[in-house]
Amino acid sequence: MNQIAQPVVEIRNLAKSYRRGDQIVPVLTNITFDIAAGDYVALMGPSGSGKSTLLNLIAGIDKPDSGILRVGGIDITALGEAELANWRSRNVGFIFQFYNLMPVLTAFENVELPLLLTDLPARERADHVNAALSMVGLSDRMEHFPSELSGGQQQRVAIARAIITDPTILVADEPTGDLDRVAAEDVLKMLDQLNRELGKTIIMVTHDPHSAAKARTVQHLDKGELRQA
Amino acid sequence: MKIPLSYTLRNLWMRRLTTLLTAGGMALVVFVFATVLMLEEGLRKTLVETGSYDNVVVIRRSAQTEVQSAIDRPQAALIESQPEVAVGADGERMVSKETVVLVNLNKRDSGKPTNVMVRGVAPRGLTLRPQAKIIAGRMFSPGASEIVAGRNAAERFKGAGIGETLWFGQREWRVVGTFDAGKSGFDSEIWGDSDQLMQAFRRPVYSALLIKLDDPASFNAVKARLESDQRLTVEAKRETMFYADQSEMLAGFIRYLGLTLSIIFSVGAVIGAMITMYASVASRTAEIGTLRALGFRQGSVMAAFMFEAILLGFVGGCGGLFLASFMQFFTISTMNWQSFSELAFSFSLTPGIAAKTLAFALVMGLVGGFLPAMQAARLPIIDALRAA
Ligand SMILES: Nc1ncnc2c1ncn2[C@@H]1O[C@H](COP(=O)(O)OP(=O)(O)OP(=O)(O)O)[C@@H](O)[C@H]1O
Ligand SMILES: [Mg+2]
Repeated sequence: MNQIAQPVVEIRNLAKSYRRGDQIVPVLTNITFDIAAGDYVALMGPSGSGKSTLLNLIAGIDKPDSGILRVGGIDITALGEAELANWRSRNVGFIFQFYNLMPVLTAFENVELPLLLTDLPARERADHVNAALSMVGLSDRMEHFPSELSGGQQQRVAIARAIITDPTILVADEPTGDLDRVAAEDVLKMLDQLNRELGKTIIMVTHDPHSAAKARTVQHLDKGELRQA
Repeated sequence: MKIPLSYTLRNLWMRRLTTLLTAGGMALVVFVFATVLMLEEGLRKTLVETGSYDNVVVIRRSAQTEVQSAIDRPQAALIESQPEVAVGADGERMVSKETVVLVNLNKRDSGKPTNVMVRGVAPRGLTLRPQAKIIAGRMFSPGASEIVAGRNAAERFKGAGIGETLWFGQREWRVVGTFDAGKSGFDSEIWGDSDQLMQAFRRPVYSALLIKLDDPASFNAVKARLESDQRLTVEAKRETMFYADQSEMLAGFIRYLGLTLSIIFSVGAVIGAMITMYASVASRTAEIGTLRALGFRQGSVMAAFMFEAILLGFVGGCGGLFLASFMQFFTISTMNWQSFSELAFSFSLTPGIAAKTLAFALVMGLVGGFLPAMQAARLPIIDALRAA
């Protein structure tokens, strides 16, 4: 099933540790792997194994201590704060466990948010938002605030927000962790569809073997190292 | 700024009670600030409008006020004969030789005795002060124990209304008229015939001379000539300056006290705004992390929170200004220590004051919001996201 494709994420000897007090806690010691364009990777591992840390590094919201990390051919470890923000806005779609929508913005406005960082005029932004919301089946909920939506619906809004800029990679940290079975199934189906039909590259952190089973590739993290399943 | 304004506005609206309380605290400070400026402006207006630009007040050198001044008759004749003095239609020189005394009158409301300025004017006095007009009754007749009262004086002092009588200078004076002097300081005075007052108070000399210039531009020439004349020991001032100078001490005091209070209170309001903004940042930490992850820059986050704080200041500023605008309906009276007489004036709101007040409110918001906004912008993204 895996075609030979250009790797969209290249990771070589990546290491990351955190400082806790005056103690240095190594989280990732030596990570090396590639993610091909169009792949759907599930990152698994016990709690505290560093899954979120690795995902955050790939998404450019945290910095590694050493190693090489290229996404879409760009060495993102070399980017400054503002360049990195700019890079994220165009290359990374985020899906969070707790949706992370802005409570004071409507579904429409939440999805539109990343487009405010582009030069698109309001008319075109509205077209994009409409398309994205109808893709996740929420055309009739555009004017609803997050508090007026179910968890599953909120996560669908978040998915629409993640794909609105057509990013290079989609990163999802426990995207079904806060949902009941039905809603979780729904979200997984949607991710599957994004990967299969639109060729989106997805990296998903999950505890749940059932969720991981939907992915094309499963990576196990343990004690700071990677084991391919 | 990339983060939409509606995000900021709705957050303020969502926490509207906190927003309102914080803005309310700022509004009170703004109120004090605006009120002080309005008071100072009202005082300035009243005293400046008391004078006319083409009138010159001549008083004894080193006498700060008319009450302290004395000019004898030969000196008065010399001053009156200056060539720059305007000549009226009747061929008389436009000069008012005036006597100013302070008398003690009781207030109508409290009965408390207060100094009131009684001015003896030439019957010409009204012509030289076109802003003063009889609005009820008539002008006093020369040679009679009659007086007219300024509208504030008539209202505020026992016996100063039309038909009433006042006792001072060992005589009874009939009040035959009320005059309006266009909200100037004269409104707080009582006017009578100069010669009658000099007799009553046994004063052989005038207090001051008011002369009208034919051409206001000739002021410097007259001033130089009068002040260098060996036979005279006088000082000449434009009437406008003369009264404005008299308000300097009072205005300075109001400004000093008011601004000191404003600054002290504003520290409280700024701290209030800061606490509100810190709480606002704390309750939205995860949102800030999300915005940053989506690609909004530190500067945008900073700007959004600064904007929020400035809006808070703006709401407070408008509220305070709104409250302060009602002060325009009040007239207050106070002792002007430079002339030792009572002076009534009102709060005056000008566009300049409104602008200064709003600027003050915005600055309070700015100062209060700076540190919290900075904190919001500087949060590491992963730490902020963890706060969910
Ligand atoms: N900002 C931080 N400062 C200090 N230590 C951290 C920080 N972030 C993560 N860690 C530590 O790094 C280790 C890995 O954390 P991480 O969140 O990546 O684990 P995880 O695999 O995602 O776990 P979970 O399945 O519970 O989400 C943990 O021991 C955690 O305590
Ligand atoms: Mg995790």
